[in-house]
Amino acid sequence: MGLDFSVVPGFFGSLLTGAGWTIAITVCAGILSFFGGIVFAVIALYGHWALRLPVRVFAFLFMGTPLLLQLFLIYFGLIQVGIDLPAFAAGVIGLGLHFAVYNSELIQASILAVDQGQYEGARTLGLSRGQTLRRIVIPQAVRAVIPPMGNNMIALLKDSALVSVIGVMELTLAAQQAISRTYRPFEFYLAAAFCYYIINLALEAVLRHLERRIAASR
Amino acid sequence: MLDHTAAQAFVTIKNAAKSYGTLEVLKNINLSVERGQIVAIIGPSGSGKSTLLRAINELDPLTSGEVWLEGVQINRKLPPRQYEAHVNQVRQDIGMVFQHFNLFPHLTVRGNITLAPRMLKGLSEAQANALAVEQLAKVGLSDKIDEYPSRLSGGQKQRVAIARALAMKPKVMLFDEATSALDPELVEEVNLVMKQLAEEHMTMIIVTHEMDFAASVCDRVLFMDQGVVVEEGPPSVMFQNPTQERTRNFLRKHLSR
Ligand SMILES: Nc1ncnc2c1ncn2[C@@H]1O[C@H](COP(=O)(O)OP(=O)(O)OP(=O)(O)O)[C@@H](O)[C@H]1O
Ligand SMILES: [Mg+2]
Repeated sequence: MGLDFSVVPGFFGSLLTGAGWTIAITVCAGILSFFGGIVFAVIALYGHWALRLPVRVFAFLFMGTPLLLQLFLIYFGLIQVGIDLPAFAAGVIGLGLHFAVYNSELIQASILAVDQGQYEGARTLGLSRGQTLRRIVIPQAVRAVIPPMGNNMIALLKDSALVSVIGVMELTLAAQQAISRTYRPFEFYLAAAFCYYIINLALEAVLRHLERRIAASR
Repeated sequence: MLDHTAAQAFVTIKNAAKSYGTLEVLKNINLSVERGQIVAIIGPSGSGKSTLLRAINELDPLTSGEVWLEGVQINRKLPPRQYEAHVNQVRQDIGMVFQHFNLFPHLTVRGNITLAPRMLKGLSEAQANALAVEQLAKVGLSDKIDEYPSRLSGGQKQRVAIARALAMKPKVMLFDEATSALDPELVEEVNLVMKQLAEEHMTMIIVTHEMDFAASVCDRVLFMDQGVVVEEGPPSVMFQNPTQERTRNFLRKHLSR
């Protein structure tokens, strides 16, 4: 059986919708992983041990186990304890927390790399520890971490395909459904791959734009 | 909080001592600075000049001794929370300028100057802006208000750092080798700003390696060596007729240049 891409246009609509969900889930999980990463980093570095300990255990679990398992746990497992999340929300939370843990590692390192003179400059003006952290240290740490964090965001985009297993109708699942109707896996997986590639290009463009924007303020 | 028992100078340091482990960095230092006075601290590297200066605003708290500003003890022994609040309060009255500027790179010049007045003094954006404009005019950098620090020369950075400190309307300004990190041709623009402050009778304590500058703007010069004040006096005496051998040796090396 030869290749026949003429079957693809008929599924443009559903592939595009799938791509839309992939973008939505990547953006939502990306935002969660960004702010979650900052919160985890601050707790890991400055938190009371009663907060630090659970965050450390949590980080260990999220880094040490497969993302797929984490998604299953959040979507299917939590139902047993009475938390019935929609698939999209479960996917965003799973992906978002997973990458928040990785972002937190990056942010911790870059917080520690902020020059001691910055603390002195701020404290000398009368800023408290908390104010210094919020207004001086964290903004600088976040700026420094945008490039490596961008790599995490691209990984997040690609890993968003995993949420197809809990039934989010994103790009990969849309392709699979088209395949189950046409028996044309090569064509549709390739079409999906092409869509991921385009989204990736857009994401990289956004990241490059951000990097340029912050270059002056480093 | 007010000390009525003793007539005190504007800034008073009593029996200040500081150790790092077994290393005694400051040994029983006493210093009084009157309002409007300008005091230079000179001395060889490692003599404790920065440590003394940084003890005044509690960046490096003393091991023992007292620091007072206008009748308020800066280094009061307080429970941690109260201490933190107290120190944050008194630091607002003590401007400090560092060798390496310590400007905030993620904020524009305007942001650097307005941050603390807005956060700590509750100034509105418009008020803080007016303050930034005023202070920048004073240091001759009005046109740089929207630049980021990375776009400024060293001398310009230091002038912004001075403007940032002045925007808090401090009672005293501390300078720790404000020109040591600058290329020689940029030193003068910073010195000029400091001279201008002297003319406005700002109380200043200046750690410096520039003897000419100390001689021309300061009312009093302290020579420190190995954690003690070896000798102090008006610049005319200190630079022309010091009594201590150690002072003479130090000045011989530093004045001949
Ligand atoms: N955090 C610290 N821990 C241990 N020793 C320190 C610390 N800070 C300073 N010292 C020591 O204290 C002494 C005085 O240092 P200080 O920085 O006050 O000297 P200085 O007179 O300012 O010298 P310079 O002209 O080089 O700036 C030095 O011997 C220094 O090594
Ligand atoms: Mg020093």
